[in-house]
Amino acid sequence: MTSTQAPAPGKNTVIRRPGDRIFSGLSLSAGVLILVILAGVAIFLTVQGIPGITAHPDEVKSGKSFLPYVWPLVFGTLVAATIAMLIAVPVAIGVALFISHYAPRKLGQGLGYLIDLLAAVPSVVYGLWGIGFLAPRMVPFYAWLDEHLGFLPFFGPASATGRTILTASIVLAVMILPIMTAICREIFLQTPRLHEEAALALGATRWEMARLAIFPYARSGIVSAAMLGLGRALGETLAVAMVLSVGVGTVTANLIGSDNPSTIAANIALGFAEATGKSVNALIASGLVLFVITFLVNFAARSIVDRRKEFSGAN
Amino acid sequence: MAKSIDVSDLNIYYGDFLAVEDVTIPIAAKSVTAFIGPSGCGKSTFLRSLNRMHEVIRGARVEGKVLIDGQDLYGADMDPVNVRRMIGMVFQRPNPFPTMSIYDNVLAGQKLNSKRMKKTEADDIVERSLRSAGLWAEVKERLDRPGSGLSGGQQQRLCIARAISVEPEILLMDEPCSALDPISTSVIEDLIHELKSQYTIVIVTHNMQQAARVSDETAFFNLSGVGKPGRLIEHGRTETIFSNPTDSATEAYIQGRFG
Ligand SMILES: Nc1ncnc2c1ncn2[C@@H]1O[C@H](COP(=O)(O)OP(=O)(O)O)[C@@H](O)[C@H]1O
Ligand SMILES: [Mg+2]
Repeated sequence: MTSTQAPAPGKNTVIRRPGDRIFSGLSLSAGVLILVILAGVAIFLTVQGIPGITAHPDEVKSGKSFLPYVWPLVFGTLVAATIAMLIAVPVAIGVALFISHYAPRKLGQGLGYLIDLLAAVPSVVYGLWGIGFLAPRMVPFYAWLDEHLGFLPFFGPASATGRTILTASIVLAVMILPIMTAICREIFLQTPRLHEEAALALGATRWEMARLAIFPYARSGIVSAAMLGLGRALGETLAVAMVLSVGVGTVTANLIGSDNPSTIAANIALGFAEATGKSVNALIASGLVLFVITFLVNFAARSIVDRRKEFSGAN
Repeated sequence: MAKSIDVSDLNIYYGDFLAVEDVTIPIAAKSVTAFIGPSGCGKSTFLRSLNRMHEVIRGARVEGKVLIDGQDLYGADMDPVNVRRMIGMVFQRPNPFPTMSIYDNVLAGQKLNSKRMKKTEADDIVERSLRSAGLWAEVKERLDRPGSGLSGGQQQRLCIARAISVEPEILLMDEPCSALDPISTSVIEDLIHELKSQYTIVIVTHNMQQAARVSDETAFFNLSGVGKPGRLIEHGRTETIFSNPTDSATEAYIQGRFG
């Protein structure tokens, strides 16, 4: 230290400006509020759920103890969400890239607005679309799958109505596409020009530029977008309940059959109105399981992103 | 290896805006040519038209002829992607890929050529390129670290290593030292001297001493007025331009009387 005017160590008080104080207070309380709400939900689910978990099979409508009861639902939830993500993530990235870097500017903007609108469509509409439009049109396709790929456990025997877990997954994929596309597009658009040009000047094609400059930059954003989509896919009740309209569901590898797995959220939606006593607790307990699954998935995704933090270019 | 550049009657546009007007200049193989001139006179624009980087900006286009060893750069059969693989570029601000290690940064261009490479071959290319860029000694222990962790001068030399790892015919540099400290600058100037034996080099610089130190030929660009396009005022041997310029504007600029 060469400056003689520097305050002596110890007396060194940081000047706190009112703006800083107000803002830090605001952001702290917002953060605390989120944690409190989250804790509230967790506590409610736990307190109300435990009687459902410990309930005797005779006390609940399903006539099963909790694990055998919830396992098919967990299975169905994971299957539906996984298929939805497998379809939606690549499509969302592709469409977002098209809008941000391939399409002429006018077309890109138009498509962007359209997709933002789609994000606002309520899920009951997607459910109706799934039953009324998609399901009947999938029937011939499912028959074809059964005939040609029937040797795989996933395909066959085929449902006659088309109201299968695969149809429900496709509806879910369509539902989560807009939000994921919108987020990816925004992030892709923010790729620094400097890095795009670095790639192009090396002789990258547009796709190679995407791989060298855009995707690495957008990595954590893509994961966030996928997590938002996944959250909706895991938790979506109405559309799935409408398309499947089954009770507790079965555990089966067949994706196109009429005996379908159900999902936790759909099962709660369908069962809650007429449930009484310990059955309600069992439903709430299944909600707790969904909460935990969502939490774990998010946690895993974050740790994947963090593992390569120093390569993120944020420094 | 190194190729010559022959530009005739080149007009360069951003949409309807004519940014650079009527440039004619020959650039010899294995020489260093410096572009000097006040800000906004179109040096970067002109430089970027030499490897078809100009056209990646929306609405940007050129009219006129650029011949690379007699081949028409803007000919119908020329793929801009191949052009850029042949003509490397170093930018004003160092731009290593932040998500890649130093090692992968150097090989980024090689990987685009999508040749399958043996590990030993890749190691050789990395070492050779980093040595030519004068960076090997400083980074050989941490090739797997991110490129963004280097200092500005090191990052710029990493970008040079990345550009020369594909052994381009021509190397274009747009004010490569303007963001660097004097020591990094002198390292890069030495580097240009060494690279000259293999590459045709074109360098934009705001620094008169630098132009005088590194270049064989100098080209002076100027604006004919506010809102008017930039033009090439004169070009020739660097000694001549600096000691005995034909145009009074060149003399004024070199003596620091404007710009
Ligand atoms: N992306 C762009 N879009 C439109 N005009 C541009 C763009 N880049 C540069 N220009 C214009 O072209 C002219 C030349 O700029 P530039 O080549 O950057 O000059 P220099 O490198 O000599 O400082 C300037 O008038 C500048 O405003
Ligand atoms: Mg410039």
